[in-house]
Amino acid sequence: MFKAVCSPEDKNIEAIKVMKNNLLQKLTSGVLFLAAWASTAAWAVNDLPGGPGVRQLNLQPGATKIAQEQGWLHWFMLIICTVIFVAVFGVMFYSIWKHRKSVGHKSASFHESVKVEIAWTVIPFVIVILMALPATKAVVAQKDTSNADLTIKATGYQWKWGYDYIKGQGEGIAFISTLDNAHREMSNNGAKGVDIDNYLLKVDNPLVVPVNKKVRIITTANDVIHAFAVPSLGVKQDAIPGFVRDTWFRAEAVGDYYGQCQELCGKEHAYMPIHVKVLSAADYSAWVETEQKKMAAKMDDPSKVWTLADISKRGEKVYAANCSACHQPNGKGAGPIKPLDGAAVVLDADKNKQIKVLLNGQNNLAMPSWKQLSDTDIAAVITYTKNNWSNKTGQLVQPADVKAAR
Amino acid sequence: MSAVLDSHGHGHDDHHGAPHGWRRWVYATNHKDIGTLYLLFAFTMLIIGGVLALLIRAELFQPGLQLVNPELFNQLTTMHGLIMVFGAIMPAFVGFANWMIPLQIGASDMAFARMNNFSFWLMIPAAATLAGSFFMPGGAPAAGWTLYAPLTLQMGPSMDAGIFAMHILGASSIMGSINIIVTILNMRAPGMTLMKMPMFVWTWLITAYLLIAVMPVLAGAITMTLTDRHFGTTFFNPAGGGDPIMYQHIFWFFGHPEVYIMILPAFGIISHIVPAFARKKLFGYASMVYATSSIAILSFIVWAHHMYATGMPVTGQLFFMYATMLISVPTGVKVFNWIATMWRGSMTFETPMLFAVGFIFVFTMGGFTGLILSMAPIDTQVQDTYYVVAHFHYVLVAGSLFAMFAGFYYWCPKWTGVMYNETRGQIHFWWTLISFNVTFFPMHFLGLAGMPRRYADYPMQFADFNALASIGAFFFGFAQVYFFLFVVLPAMRGHGEKAPAKPWEAAEGLEWEVPSPAPFHTFETPPKLDATATRVIG
Repeated sequence: MFKAVCSPEDKNIEAIKVMKNNLLQKLTSGVLFLAAWASTAAWAVNDLPGGPGVRQLNLQPGATKIAQEQGWLHWFMLIICTVIFVAVFGVMFYSIWKHRKSVGHKSASFHESVKVEIAWTVIPFVIVILMALPATKAVVAQKDTSNADLTIKATGYQWKWGYDYIKGQGEGIAFISTLDNAHREMSNNGAKGVDIDNYLLKVDNPLVVPVNKKVRIITTANDVIHAFAVPSLGVKQDAIPGFVRDTWFRAEAVGDYYGQCQELCGKEHAYMPIHVKVLSAADYSAWVETEQKKMAAKMDDPSKVWTLADISKRGEKVYAANCSACHQPNGKGAGPIKPLDGAAVVLDADKNKQIKVLLNGQNNLAMPSWKQLSDTDIAAVITYTKNNWSNKTGQLVQPADVKAAR
Repeated sequence: MSAVLDSHGHGHDDHHGAPHGWRRWVYATNHKDIGTLYLLFAFTMLIIGGVLALLIRAELFQPGLQLVNPELFNQLTTMHGLIMVFGAIMPAFVGFANWMIPLQIGASDMAFARMNNFSFWLMIPAAATLAGSFFMPGGAPAAGWTLYAPLTLQMGPSMDAGIFAMHILGASSIMGSINIIVTILNMRAPGMTLMKMPMFVWTWLITAYLLIAVMPVLAGAITMTLTDRHFGTTFFNPAGGGDPIMYQHIFWFFGHPEVYIMILPAFGIISHIVPAFARKKLFGYASMVYATSSIAILSFIVWAHHMYATGMPVTGQLFFMYATMLISVPTGVKVFNWIATMWRGSMTFETPMLFAVGFIFVFTMGGFTGLILSMAPIDTQVQDTYYVVAHFHYVLVAGSLFAMFAGFYYWCPKWTGVMYNETRGQIHFWWTLISFNVTFFPMHFLGLAGMPRRYADYPMQFADFNALASIGAFFFGFAQVYFFLFVVLPAMRGHGEKAPAKPWEAAEGLEWEVPSPAPFHTFETPPKLDATATRVIG
């Protein structure tokens, strides 16, 4: 069954799929016209390759054997269920049509038949077993995470993903992947007039992997449960704090594939997308090389002494990537989120107070801990908040201060 | 008839006659009054939960945030789920049980009349606490109706209020179940053996056992959440060696039987209505009883199919996949039995039958999507997407709620003494059926295409189907307001054609042996039954 995905007889299924998709699309487009009209803007948006399509009716096209197998299984189930449904309800509607009192039908008096009852218990049982066979093969294949070429740890944070290349080419690369802040802003503004294809799916640093290599993703989380899910690659695995789980994929084509967190993880749940960039072997090697060079260059010397202007500039970037989603770009907070502009702890002469909040979190972790950020980043963002908006303390926090407080 | 009305009972009644005014309801010990209270309470909660749902759909009408912020959005989805499950569907079925079980088994009342009062009135403070949590600092709980740890540890004080409310609701359910079991086992009229009991009574007997088995499990899970939050335990907190996945196992060990708690009584109601309007006995009564019991037993060994994505070992996934697929067999038997009952009958389609046929048709679609979801590899694609949302609304709305509408129209003459307005009933049915499908059918497509559930905002590609679902949802909501104002209220006020004792030509059962409306006291002395235990003979 698993091999059969590419065999010729399945070309027919492919053809049927395309046919059915077209038919369904035509049927629904009429109804949808009304809806689109009612929602005032006909969104001028296109299908996103590796992500959802506009008014897509079925699973995203699979870019891995597993995803194709899942798609095949779904068709297999859908067809069997539809056949049974039509057969059973054909009988019911025939009966409703013919056996009505208004057409003068008199009721029969039978009310049991052991033979029939045994038949309609045994036949569904057999059908269920037939359904279970291909599903079992797929489950076993999905769960086989052995012999990976590249192992990457995906860590869920509220609300972003951390990727650590643990084993294989690129070992040692680590970065955080966050939703593009402009998209978060668009969302807040009601996404008016937005017609970009990757709305809410654009990240600063995509997860880069080589094509045709078995990539094992180890998931874990820092705070609450998240889920690493990329439909077109056929993976979905919860990321559980304190535990590691794994899944795998082998992308068959170069390209961009998109997913989103799929386990409720708090207020920004809808804003922690996953972007997997699949590169050719050569491009991947080149990426690894530049990435490693960048990492070496970026390695901040924690004992470096910064000037106020330099570190504030750094802090502004850190703030935009990590803080502004909740505290807002204007530092005023929103709802239960406390403002930073004019906040006592920010203005306090004792800079350790704010360092502690960032390292340990506050209010039951409603303000999470940010200890995963580097000393330099924490020092930078604190300095930025102490000297921005109406906060003009002139205080400068150095990475060494953060290091000492850890 | 004399046993039914028991004329001397009445003279004797005078010195402890029914209290009037508010005392009648607050001190209610009569199963019919308590049944009415339950049903009105459940409808109120349905409307509150429905308003929350419409706020969700209004926000999702277009991409981007327009009406609510993401915190409030999560509160809305969480509270919509909790209120609908614990406040609307479960109490509504208890209301049906209170009204109909004593009437159907020829008992004078429920076994524990005062406990019955207590289990109803406990729900009022619990519901007020739950719904009132919106006004607490930080807003209502926002961890989803499943209340997964460790997200619950980050919630504000309203989480504790929610836990407290659910403890009380659980206590109320357990008391209600004990009452139902004792009533059914001890108070049946002589001659009504277990295998002659009406199907609604059978399904509720099984449901009550399920409730007693699993409500304490839920209480355990949320109590551990509470001690994790306040008393330094770390059952579910990995920082102290706890296991967040253990919460899910405990929750779903409750949660899956809970699914059947919400559908088995619906099966019972449908099993009365289909024979009555097909003018033919229920096909395969015994196999219906066995199928219901099998579903109940299997419901205890399938819980982890809600958790494929947590990463179980391969054998675990396979076991839960097979067990889940197996449930489709007894469920299929029920559907086949209903259709065999209709086959070669002499059918008419008054509103109860419309809702019953609608139930069978649309519920079965939910059943098939359930079978598709049970396949672990497909579940990898659609777990936690709108496909799941579509699936459980097909079984809970088109399933449980449609069956309750069917039950209301079927028994309304007995409850109120007047016939509901047939035209309005049929308008309600078609309006509800169509708007339901407009709302929830597109969600299958959204889920397959990968739109995660509990998302306050979504990629542009999902916009059109969301807009369509939102439009459908508002129509669906208005249909229920119409139902209450133009069908329920007139019937409650006694407007309408006077109903005979048995308004349906071929309805069977002891409830049709008493006048309409059912007098305050019925079957005060046990009635003598005929051989089928469906008629009173003296």
